[in-house]
Amino acid sequence: MDVNKKQLRIALRNCGFIDPENIDQYIVRDGYMALANVLMQNNPQAAIEVVKKSGLRGRGGGGFPTGLKWELASKNPSDQKYMICNADEGDPGAFMDRSILEGDPHSVIEAMAIGGFCIGATKGLIYIRAEYPLAIKRLEIAIAQAREYGFLGQKILGSDFDFDLELRYGAGAFVCGEETALIHSMEGMRGEPTFKPPFPAQEGYLKKPSNVNNVETFANIPVIFNKGWEWFSSIGTEKSKGTKVFALAGQINNVGLIEVPMGITLREVIFEIGGGIKGGKQFKAVQTGGPSGGCLTEAFLDTPIDYDNLIAAGSMMGSGGMIVMDETSCMPAVARFYLDFTVEESCGKCTPCRIGNKRLCEILDKIIEGKGTMDDLTILKNLSQVIKDTALCGLGQTSPNPILSTIDHFWDEYVAHVTNKKCPAGQCKSMKQYIIDAEQCIGCTACARACPVGAIKGEKKNPHSINQDLCIKCGACYEKCKFNAISII
Amino acid sequence: MDKIKSLADLQAKKESLLATMAQTNEQDVQIKVAMATCGIAAGAKEVMDTMSDICEAKGVKTNISQTGCMGYCYAEPTVEIKKPGKEPIVFGYVNAAKAKEIVEKYILNDEIIEGVIPQNYQSIDN
Ligand SMILES: Cc1cc2nc3c(=O)[nH]c(=O)nc-3n(C[C@H](O)[C@H](O)[C@H](O)COP(=O)(O)O)c2cc1C
Ligand code: SF4
Ligand code: SF4
Ligand code: SF4
Ligand code: FES
Repeated sequence: MDVNKKQLRIALRNCGFIDPENIDQYIVRDGYMALANVLMQNNPQAAIEVVKKSGLRGRGGGGFPTGLKWELASKNPSDQKYMICNADEGDPGAFMDRSILEGDPHSVIEAMAIGGFCIGATKGLIYIRAEYPLAIKRLEIAIAQAREYGFLGQKILGSDFDFDLELRYGAGAFVCGEETALIHSMEGMRGEPTFKPPFPAQEGYLKKPSNVNNVETFANIPVIFNKGWEWFSSIGTEKSKGTKVFALAGQINNVGLIEVPMGITLREVIFEIGGGIKGGKQFKAVQTGGPSGGCLTEAFLDTPIDYDNLIAAGSMMGSGGMIVMDETSCMPAVARFYLDFTVEESCGKCTPCRIGNKRLCEILDKIIEGKGTMDDLTILKNLSQVIKDTALCGLGQTSPNPILSTIDHFWDEYVAHVTNKKCPAGQCKSMKQYIIDAEQCIGCTACARACPVGAIKGEKKNPHSINQDLCIKCGACYEKCKFNAISII
Repeated sequence: MDKIKSLADLQAKKESLLATMAQTNEQDVQIKVAMATCGIAAGAKEVMDTMSDICEAKGVKTNISQTGCMGYCYAEPTVEIKKPGKEPIVFGYVNAAKAKEIVEKYILNDEIIEGVIPQNYQSIDN
């Protein structure tokens, strides 16, 4: 394969090619053909079988087989069922779903209608965060056009199948991306998760059988029908078929939205598609799976990316955030960043998550401030495990992952922080020391005048020195010295 | 618009749209401006307006449309130009000045100018 063409666009097949506000351009690229075929064959079981055989797994994080999910929902009889699209997209830095909805809304609409037909739902709901105004606008336009053409509404494409869509707006809470919380939020209740079972397929929206899928999962559906499940399942690895969209970000040259076949290596993604590390620095780690995921190191660069390999490596696929870090990233601080996010976003319903994560954060703070002990590292590990085992929903069950994976892969860095009070990456302010090299210092006094706390003493034309007890590590002296006499250790 | 009532109807619709498209592809320069949230934030709206103004002033027959994310987020705003009978090419980091240059040099004179981004993906053939 051409080095420049490691990417394969299936979910993003139309993004950037068509005008998302013009349904005709979607039709020209085989739009609504899959729906028309499925309705003509009029056999929901057979259609579900196609999705099952394709090997498609949920792209929202969990990786549950989509065909199986549809089958479960189809088997629960009810007067009313719901097909729900999860467009909450709460991972920090992720914008895969937004891009699909902004670039190709019809693919999701078509797939929801197909899914509705398969499970026996006549109503579809798209739960989208209100912070995505352009995606909402384009969805609204697309839904109106689809109704006008007869792809939504009654007796779709001349069949006996009725299906229509409504939008529901989320207020942007991360936990509302969890499917039970999402359903409660749509019902007008507090966006808090509840215990599963009952699963949405048994008791979902308004207690009716419901099926929740992610935006990207849906975007794959029409292609699977148009090109056949054999084709789709020929792409990827044994247990992860097709492609995955990633939002590639961080210290990398080509940040962007990419779609790659499952089984590609991190090295190919980072160094070929991503163009390598910014500023010629050294690669240190890559974070996948957002606040629920973990960091992978150099040792995993050649591991094929799929659901199972990432889990085995201590991270997860997640919804597709991929943040690349260079040598200047401090791993305890990275873990702290994600923990901060989970503490903010915890709904507070269960104790391990509400209180446990807060404690984890405090211990990380201690370590970063240079006050940590080896005991703290043990507590960090034990408490993380307890939270994972006892939290009610996926948010709490995965929130310690960033800590556990950084402890696993960067143990030395944690130890350096607590025993030597040193930050190997040179990031933790509390552990920096500014010192003046007496050999280099000509006594110009520039630094002493710049120091806001009067920590620098010395006679004019004589070497100066810094009182470490007073120094607040602001770096002003470092900036001022023209003789390279001040260094940071 | 009448509702589409069958697979055959849909196929016919697609064929007729394809025919119209082929015709305009032969005659007009196709310009696509990536206008996802990020593109608009980077100034894609202004680029689109400038492009259409200059093309109109110079009498170039164009068909300008917006699209979603092309994936070159690092190089926004991005614009794809397809001249009749030619392969499409994508320009990155386009601003008003660059837009003018693209129209005057590439579209009108076939001059190769800087700022072309290599396509970095395969798409499924339809
Ligand atoms: C805390 C939390 C947040 C989640 N956020 C999202 C989200 O933003 N989008 C999403 O599609 N799934 C999210 N999920 C996963 C959903 O619960 C659900 O598994 C998914 O929407 C199912 O669709 P899929 O099978 O197509 O992946 C989240 C799960 C948890 C525990
Ligand atoms: S784990 Fe956290 S987010 Fe989930 S229910 Fe418990 S408190 Fe709420
Ligand atoms: S780092 Fe700031 S506080 Fe410390 S000695 Fe230099 S100027 Fe003074
Ligand atoms: S600015 Fe540099 S050379 Fe001047 S007194 Fe301070 S350390 Fe010495
Ligand atoms: S989202 Fe704008 S080009 Fe990627």
